[in-house]
Amino acid sequence: MRREGSAFQGAGAVFIKELSDNISSVRMLMLELLIVLTAMAALYEAIDTLRQNTAEDPFLLLRLFTVSRAPLPSFVAILGFLIPLMAIGLGFDLVNSEHNRRTLSRILAQPIYRDALLLGKYLAGLATIAISLTALWLMVIGLGLIFLGVPPGGEEIARSLAFLVIAIFYAGVWLSLAMLLSIAFRSPATAALVALGIWLFLTVLWPMLAPAFAQMIAPPDPRFAALGLDTPDTAIWTQLLQRFSPNDLFGEAMLAVLSPTTRTLGPVFLDQLRGAVMGAPLPFGESVMIAWPQTVGLIACTIVLFVAGYILFQRQEVRA
Amino acid sequence: MSEQKPEGGAASPDVVIAARDLTRRYGKTSVVDAINFDIAKGEVFGLLGPNGAGKTTTILMMLGLTEISAGRVSVLGFDPARSPLQVKRRVGYLPDAVGFYDHLTAVENLAYVAKLMGLSVAERSQRIVAALTRVRLLDVANKRVATYSRGMRQRLGLAEIIVKRAEIAILDEPTSGLDPQATLEFLDLIRELKAEGVTVLLSSHMLDQVQRVCDRVALFRTGRIVMMGSVAALAVQVLGAGFVVEVEADGAGIARRLAAIPGVSKVETIAEDRFRMTADRDVRPDAARAVVAANGALRRLSVDEPSLEAIYAHYFQTSQSGGVRDAA
Repeated sequence: MRREGSAFQGAGAVFIKELSDNISSVRMLMLELLIVLTAMAALYEAIDTLRQNTAEDPFLLLRLFTVSRAPLPSFVAILGFLIPLMAIGLGFDLVNSEHNRRTLSRILAQPIYRDALLLGKYLAGLATIAISLTALWLMVIGLGLIFLGVPPGGEEIARSLAFLVIAIFYAGVWLSLAMLLSIAFRSPATAALVALGIWLFLTVLWPMLAPAFAQMIAPPDPRFAALGLDTPDTAIWTQLLQRFSPNDLFGEAMLAVLSPTTRTLGPVFLDQLRGAVMGAPLPFGESVMIAWPQTVGLIACTIVLFVAGYILFQRQEVRA
Repeated sequence: MSEQKPEGGAASPDVVIAARDLTRRYGKTSVVDAINFDIAKGEVFGLLGPNGAGKTTTILMMLGLTEISAGRVSVLGFDPARSPLQVKRRVGYLPDAVGFYDHLTAVENLAYVAKLMGLSVAERSQRIVAALTRVRLLDVANKRVATYSRGMRQRLGLAEIIVKRAEIAILDEPTSGLDPQATLEFLDLIRELKAEGVTVLLSSHMLDQVQRVCDRVALFRTGRIVMMGSVAALAVQVLGAGFVVEVEADGAGIARRLAAIPGVSKVETIAEDRFRMTADRDVRPDAARAVVAANGALRRLSVDEPSLEAIYAHYFQTSQSGGVRDAA
């Protein structure tokens, strides 16, 4: 039997209220400051590097995102690390705070479905992150204009826009995860700790553990090692395992979109490169094709986590 | 509960809530166990019982906020499990220990729920001001709710129901934790709602207050309604008789005349001029008439109203020792 009325009735009201809460909150201000300051530092280094060796790079603007100079990582790498923190910061108490404030039963006694509450909150969180990232993106382009003095070409804008969209989906994954945890755990502190644990595991520990697991599954062949090469099986397994981390998917997609010379993200044999003009940039469409599987992976991960949270929330008791 | 025995099938038009064998089970334990009741339009109905007796679960089932394991409930003719939006559009709910968004003002809190109700901007602001005036919060309307006392929060919760123009107001433990003054004010507001024709469903374990506002009460015990009816009717059922009237009067043969009043079951002579009558209704007017008819001098006429507290205590005492177990 179909339920009466729209599942989205009231989602707009929830969205607007949550968005205004998010934007005016001190927590958001702190997260934004953290990201802006770190990103500025990375950008400063990048601009400095680019000015010193003004090569005839057709994609000068994109280099802003990817160039790094020790000790700071590149702008994109910093975002890959900090976007999850921002999403977790916004999402870890989305639902359990309503429980703890005892507002949940009062809100759900209004003529709306639970769907509207969850969706409104989720979209408000995502919109908050999208606004911040767009501001950051505009800032990068603006600084690039001022300090490099080279107007960006159409393709550079298109590629950096692709970066923005993928970054928002990446944030979506972590927001879904944080929301799922905020439904599963009644205490916001527990939800936050678990979310941060998963974040640290996937961004810091997993890239180290994945090669170890790969070597267990497919032990390196001494013949390849003697030649100073990676065993193909081990390399493939390493990459496969690493891709379980959304952080890795984001990194790969960024590599494809922001470095136009990237032709493949996996290991290739030399004979597969026959006829390729090494170092020549790919057209934008081709780069997007390379990044597409990773992007789909991020979107799928977002949806799966959201659905898990949705089901959990629908079955949860309202009373405190 | 004989007189309220609900008739199966079509409910009469003024019944707004009808529950039939309503059951909620968690695993194998029944939190609400096949309860039946009818609530008429405009009545103040009390759900009484110790904590954990199933009052809140019953309320949540009526709002479609928790699943119904068996049986059914109809609220204003709608099935809350099937058309929850229709029910929630017409029913206001003030949860136990209601919470608000502390960083928002009273007006902002109400505006948010009014938006969820789907009211237009003009309608919203007009209804909110009217509701805040009624609950006497208008002068603090633009203060953050974090600064509100418990009583003010409860009144704000009631304002939400007024903004909704609910036909049924469901109040879960609305007066617990309030000081006596705040409680009195809140009970007045409930009476005002009743005067407007709103049906009020009140859950409480504060018997004294329930008695003051409720037309009928249902006594819950481990998921079952063990008694239902007006306070006076319950008193007759549990305490044996409802009213104890004391008469202080001079005159000949007064005791005999008092005993002849219909409804009086017993007349005790405490002193030469003092009599205690036990009756199933308030017989004070008849007693006065009887004394006057006997040319007596009536000095005092007092009544011990049946207290819900006494009923409650008596019932749970006797049922614990296995007495009135089958009263349901």
